[in-house]
Amino acid sequence: MTTLLELQGIEKSFSGINVLKSVDLTIRAGRVVALAGENGAGKSTLMKIISGIYQRDAGTVIYKGNEVKFTTARQSMDAGIGIIHQELNLLPELSVAENIYLGREPTKLGKIQWDVIERESKKYLAQLKQDIDPKTPLGKLSIAQQQMVEIAKALSLNAEVIIMDEPTDALTDIETAILFEVVDELRAQGKGLVFISHRLGEIFQMCDDIAILRDGEMIHQGPVSEITEDDLIRHMVGRELSDQYPFVPAAPGDVRIEVEKLTAHGAKEISFTANAGEVVGFAGLVGAGRTELAKAIFGANPIDSGTVKIDGKEIRLKSPQDGVKAQIGYVTEDRKQEGLVQSQELSTNMSLTGLGRFCNVLGFVNKASEAVTISEYIEAFAIKTRDANTIISNLSGGNQQKVSIAKSLVPEPKVLILDEPTRGVDVGAKREIYTLINKLKAEGLCILLISSDMPELLGISDRIHVLSSGKLTGSFSRAEATQENIMRCAVAGQTNG
Amino acid sequence: MKLNDFISENKSLIGLIILMAAVSFANANFLGIDNMLNILRQTSINAVIAMGMTFVILTAGIDLAVGSILAFAGAICASLIGMDTPLIIALIATIMVGAGLGATSGVIISYFNVQPFIATLVGMTMIRGATLVYTQGRPISTGYFDVAESFYQFGGGYILGIPNPVILMVVIFALCWFVLSQTRFGRYVYAIGGNENVARLSGINVKKVKILVYALSGALAALAGIILTARLESAQPTAGLGYELDAIAAVVLGGTSLAGGKGRIFGTIIGALIIGVLNNALNIMDVSSYYQMIAKGAVILLAVVVDSRGKSNA
Repeated sequence: MTTLLELQGIEKSFSGINVLKSVDLTIRAGRVVALAGENGAGKSTLMKIISGIYQRDAGTVIYKGNEVKFTTARQSMDAGIGIIHQELNLLPELSVAENIYLGREPTKLGKIQWDVIERESKKYLAQLKQDIDPKTPLGKLSIAQQQMVEIAKALSLNAEVIIMDEPTDALTDIETAILFEVVDELRAQGKGLVFISHRLGEIFQMCDDIAILRDGEMIHQGPVSEITEDDLIRHMVGRELSDQYPFVPAAPGDVRIEVEKLTAHGAKEISFTANAGEVVGFAGLVGAGRTELAKAIFGANPIDSGTVKIDGKEIRLKSPQDGVKAQIGYVTEDRKQEGLVQSQELSTNMSLTGLGRFCNVLGFVNKASEAVTISEYIEAFAIKTRDANTIISNLSGGNQQKVSIAKSLVPEPKVLILDEPTRGVDVGAKREIYTLINKLKAEGLCILLISSDMPELLGISDRIHVLSSGKLTGSFSRAEATQENIMRCAVAGQTNG
Repeated sequence: MKLNDFISENKSLIGLIILMAAVSFANANFLGIDNMLNILRQTSINAVIAMGMTFVILTAGIDLAVGSILAFAGAICASLIGMDTPLIIALIATIMVGAGLGATSGVIISYFNVQPFIATLVGMTMIRGATLVYTQGRPISTGYFDVAESFYQFGGGYILGIPNPVILMVVIFALCWFVLSQTRFGRYVYAIGGNENVARLSGINVKKVKILVYALSGALAALAGIILTARLESAQPTAGLGYELDAIAAVVLGGTSLAGGKGRIFGTIIGALIIGVLNNALNIMDVSSYYQMIAKGAVILLAVVVDSRGKSNA
């Protein structure tokens, strides 16, 4: 078992804050090491140091026996270290093939060899069982498909060391299974892999070794077989987590939202109702139309036919303004592009949707009352931030998600739609979000929960609807719902995968 | 606030102070009260336009039509004054014309999905053409009625020794500062520039805000037209040629990002003053007007490079 990459005593600080404290990590050929830790533990920073995006302050990196100091991502890539980033780093306007070969296009007399690029891209996509035309503009693909393209890109580098930063977050179970097969193959080929995931089940299923980071320190390293899930969670959060999915039964109130025969882009004749004080889950594969349904109900996507009633009154939905006016809150699955203005402050982001609450008739903002509400949410949601003026992009994913949820709650909605609320969020923060959902439910909020994380959906929903190819294919009470019968409905009527 | 933060947030102000210090060493007359007031008065027209431009650029847009709007509004205003229209009506009508022209750009940008650069480039050309048609290429005098005398005060008068255009500039600055930092509309302007998609999904009426922003830019360009026309006691068909570029330069010198979502109205005032001081300094130092343009461009380039280096290192 040869060591491919060895990190020793890595130190890194940003503006005086120590984010990595003397971290050691060994990546061996033919083994998958899981890197676990809460958001903000330093996992991504560590990976960025390996790949040369950040420079280490101290410590050594030994790659195949030689000490290396990459100063650009390009150098590490050329040396054989591939990284699949958590945030997609692809260009939506370019084709799939162009994305895969961006910056290293094979040329002949200065002309790009398109046939080679397309043929090779198709080969790597086929390895991932993706039937995608390499000429398709990337932006036309679903997020899951884009993620598969990102993985294909890493494969095409023929890297010795492959780092996967939450590759399954955007994937459904089917695509995850495909990815795992590929990982097995890479392992057999003697590659060294690093796998970062918040889904603990995947760590136990996939990985040989585990390395656990907490607050920038390496807490534990060893074979996965020698650790239990409870130990893992305890190491990660530094405290006991009694129950991952705290469910609080609640007596649902009156019918709050009635959706009748709603047809919109990606959704066909969908009818359902949801009550006050209830969490209604929406299951389905990626591309089943759940996000499209949510956006139509919020007014962000045009409705072709059908009606939406809130408290028995039909509402007009032409734009997101109508959704906000009808007291619908929508927490998008895409924080970066749709949820929060990354370059601006936490405070202005959080109050953006509900700014009207703090304004007089002339539109003057009462900054004092705004600040009070913002600090209440920061405290209630345990958002870890220096202050309310911190720029959003400087917050960890979990904290950004909490800001995003708070932003939707500031206008005091009656219906809250959560689209993948725990994507890219660590175990501790996930639990906080579940507790939050329960609390909101108890306060009488009607919550529509879209999630591709099945245990989560089963764990906190009162009822579950299943969508497939834009149609409602099944509805289950909490007692009836199991992974199997949900999956059966989710694949029902699927024409292509 | 730490000294470092203060410096990085007020680079344009520090640049202005250094520039003024340098010029005052080179020429003893520079720091005199008269010359200072002169600079402020010369700056006021560009500053008023640039403040409207700040709103537009904050939404990640651009408004190239302001120079033409200035000329057209000035011509309308001169005609109205020349016809003995009551002052207040003439002023309101002129500003409404500017706002209407700006709003038209906004509608084209929002509803027909035309790039702001193209939409306002078209506006710049057409409105300049309309001005030439309306004036038949000749200046329009504000005439000899009594109202022309009170109208002149907007450009040439003083209150307590301070030129009226300077007072107008300060009032507009206070209003713009208030709107940007204290109102819902201001927040929406920043949000749209930061990420239009996020703004839309936050329930903001993005189209309406954009139209209002371009209307404001047009209205302030018309106000600049009023000041210029009043001072010259006539409207020139070629007034305001190239003013859009000075306004954009002032906004950028003031630290507002052309990508939108970041910037302050105070910075724009400083940016306009840097350009004003530079023009004035080159004049009193007897630099030929040909060289002035090269010098001005070089200083703007230097300022922007210093600013962007600071950003990438942060």
